[in-house]
Amino acid sequence: MKYLHLIWAALFRRKTRTILTLVSIAAAFLLFGMLDAVRISFDQAGKSANGAQRLQTGSKLSFIETLPQGLGEKIATVPGVKSVAYSNWFGGAYQDPHNQVFTFAVSDNYIDQYPEVQVSDDARKAFSNTRIGILVGEKLLEKYHWKVGDQIPLQSNIFPQQDGSKNWTFQIVGVLHPTDQSVAFYGQIILMHWKYFDDAVMKGYNNGQVGWFVTRVKDVNQADQVAKAIDALSANSDHETRTQTEAAATASWMKQLANIGLIVGSIMGAVFFTLLLLTGNTMMQAVRERTSELAVLKTLGFSDRGVLAMVLAESVLLVLLGGVIGIALAAALIPGVSAGSGGFLNLPTVGANSWLLGIALMLAIGLVVGAIPAWRAMRLNIVDALAGR
Amino acid sequence: MKFLFNLGVLLLLIAALLIWVQLPWYGVLALVVVFAAWMAFSLRGRQAASVTGVGISTLRQRLGSSSVVVIGIAGVVGVLVALLAMGEGYSETLSKTGSEDTAIVLRGGSATEVSSVLSHDSIVVIEQAAGIARDKQGKPITSGEIVVAANLPVKGGGPDEEGSVQVRGVGEQAWALRPNAKIIAGRNFQPGMRELVVGQGAQRQFAGLQPGHDVKLGAQTWRVVGVFASGDAYDSEIWGDANVVADTYRRGSSRTSVFVKLTDAKALDTFKAALAGDPRLQVDVDTTVNYFSKQSEGMSKVMRVMGITVGSIMAIGAIFGALNTMFAAVAARAREIATLRAIGFRGVPVVVAVMVETMMLALLGGVVGGLLAWLIFNGWTASTLASGTTGQLAFTFKVTPVLLWEGLKWALAIGFVGGLFPALRAARLPVTTALREL
Repeated sequence: MKYLHLIWAALFRRKTRTILTLVSIAAAFLLFGMLDAVRISFDQAGKSANGAQRLQTGSKLSFIETLPQGLGEKIATVPGVKSVAYSNWFGGAYQDPHNQVFTFAVSDNYIDQYPEVQVSDDARKAFSNTRIGILVGEKLLEKYHWKVGDQIPLQSNIFPQQDGSKNWTFQIVGVLHPTDQSVAFYGQIILMHWKYFDDAVMKGYNNGQVGWFVTRVKDVNQADQVAKAIDALSANSDHETRTQTEAAATASWMKQLANIGLIVGSIMGAVFFTLLLLTGNTMMQAVRERTSELAVLKTLGFSDRGVLAMVLAESVLLVLLGGVIGIALAAALIPGVSAGSGGFLNLPTVGANSWLLGIALMLAIGLVVGAIPAWRAMRLNIVDALAGR
Repeated sequence: MKFLFNLGVLLLLIAALLIWVQLPWYGVLALVVVFAAWMAFSLRGRQAASVTGVGISTLRQRLGSSSVVVIGIAGVVGVLVALLAMGEGYSETLSKTGSEDTAIVLRGGSATEVSSVLSHDSIVVIEQAAGIARDKQGKPITSGEIVVAANLPVKGGGPDEEGSVQVRGVGEQAWALRPNAKIIAGRNFQPGMRELVVGQGAQRQFAGLQPGHDVKLGAQTWRVVGVFASGDAYDSEIWGDANVVADTYRRGSSRTSVFVKLTDAKALDTFKAALAGDPRLQVDVDTTVNYFSKQSEGMSKVMRVMGITVGSIMAIGAIFGALNTMFAAVAARAREIATLRAIGFRGVPVVVAVMVETMMLALLGGVVGGLLAWLIFNGWTASTLASGTTGQLAFTFKVTPVLLWEGLKWALAIGFVGGLFPALRAARLPVTTALREL
């Protein structure tokens, strides 16, 4: 610590070079911060203490098949089940049939299954009292400048109403506020009454069917047994089910969407390899230039090890400085990226884990990069160096 | 004064980059020809050429730091080209599916096949419309199809890991409507039997899809009897007899879509008008090639934006790396450059020399990066849940010449920015100061 001042002075001996290098390092870690956020948002979806308590039951055949609503009552009697809700895909679109808005027709108790999605008491009351009422995710509300109380038209690309029209009108009665990254999806969706949907839809289109059940279990440790018991209810019927924990179901979707880990990993590999080379070159130059100064230090009585440590510290400091600036920049930019992607990405802000991983990487890169120059500085022979040989 | 100069340079740089982005290949070629002519025939140009020659001959002494420029830019171009190749491969797979002379009929307002429902009555009406080609027996070439999904175990996944695959129940004429699709192993399914033929992409992705094996769709057992290849999005599907699939999925006599062969590409309007004029129908009609291309729009845009964002951030890093290297190179040769200027060389040849050197390094980096991307990623298979389908869509990365060219343009742009400021400094440093510098 005593020599921090000296190291600092050495680092900024050539301001232009150091600043240019810092910007390069910052760019690399900016990318790291953002990509790590993408990775985490894929990783974490569905993974939370609440998520572990929820089971999803869908048709075993495929996700587009539906199940009879009556199955819910049977599921509720399975030992270990706390409550059962259900939901159906509505397939809404706003203004343009291709402008999809995720809309689900849900049972009245559906939102109770998600305590981490906050809905005000007034909104709940209004929702249960309004047949055509909908709850809208906060991000979606912002995006289309809707207000609570507005009547909005939605087209369903699947379901016509009794009169054959696919234009549905709903009234916004409340807002969904997700309070946890794992349910960020709820900021982007619309929930409507399944009961209203099933009544109003043209005959023959739904027939009291639901897409999937969401079950909360009393004890997380029994989730697997409960899942098996639920599937046993409909075994060998014409609507066999497949029940998974929410975490497993989401992970399987994410995996089907893209192998994000591989993509992020290979990009970061290329970035850090380049970075190693770049900073390594800077440090080499810096040490080569200061050969005589280092010799003077040694003459003054600095030990070989001390010089080694100082050069290493310099390179670590360089990478740390640039890296911290980069990740801080990523943290500042991420909300903008999430907003700009129009709901496609829900990136978490840079969390403690990302910071830790980033700083570990910075230390490692700093040490690797400084190793050869530091070694050279340590082996420096005072007489040769001062003579410029 | 100095500030104004810098500002001017910056504005000029931005303008130059904007033009560069728009420049087609023949524009670049013209630029190169003009530049080469200038170097060969004018006095300044010849001076510039000789200074460049000196700079390049000393490159070997600066191998380490020059390789930073090359590798930095190679990294940017490699990642950029690879990411763009992903989007390209994805949209190509979808956009080469279908043809101009086949049409798809969906229920009105349905964006995708899976959200469409057509009743048996409608299908009968559609099949009698004008504009449909007929086979030798005079039967219209149409296929009422049903698109559903099935969960199947993923190859190489855990014991409980299942993925979604698109299942298409097809009519007899399906093969006539898709001349690309050919059985490459086993045989076609027999109508009325629980038999499947699987696309080669689906076979690669899901376990147990070999001819002769049984798979479970829900509670029912189906037998895989053949594998087909079509080289497009259908490769990711599995096909069975429409009636049997509809039965398994409790769809009765309804279908999701009707594919028809038109008498020729121009007959689309006739066909469309015929259906639009029929009060019994409320349907959307499009050519199949249009329909599938449209499905790829959103996702390929996302992939492209991702590639360019990552590429831009990496490019910033690479620009500063190049700046660093070239500033060091100019500083190392400060005396030499000052000497040249003292004996009468003007600023322009010096600027040009430094720029040409940087851009050559950048070009090398671009070539290396593009080559690496091509070697590693061209033909790489990936899959995603495509919008508009119910299953995984397998596609291969496509490193096209256009993408390589785009990568090279990026490389040269990075080299240009990275060389400009060091070049200006070299040319503007007062001769006396530079000569005195150790």
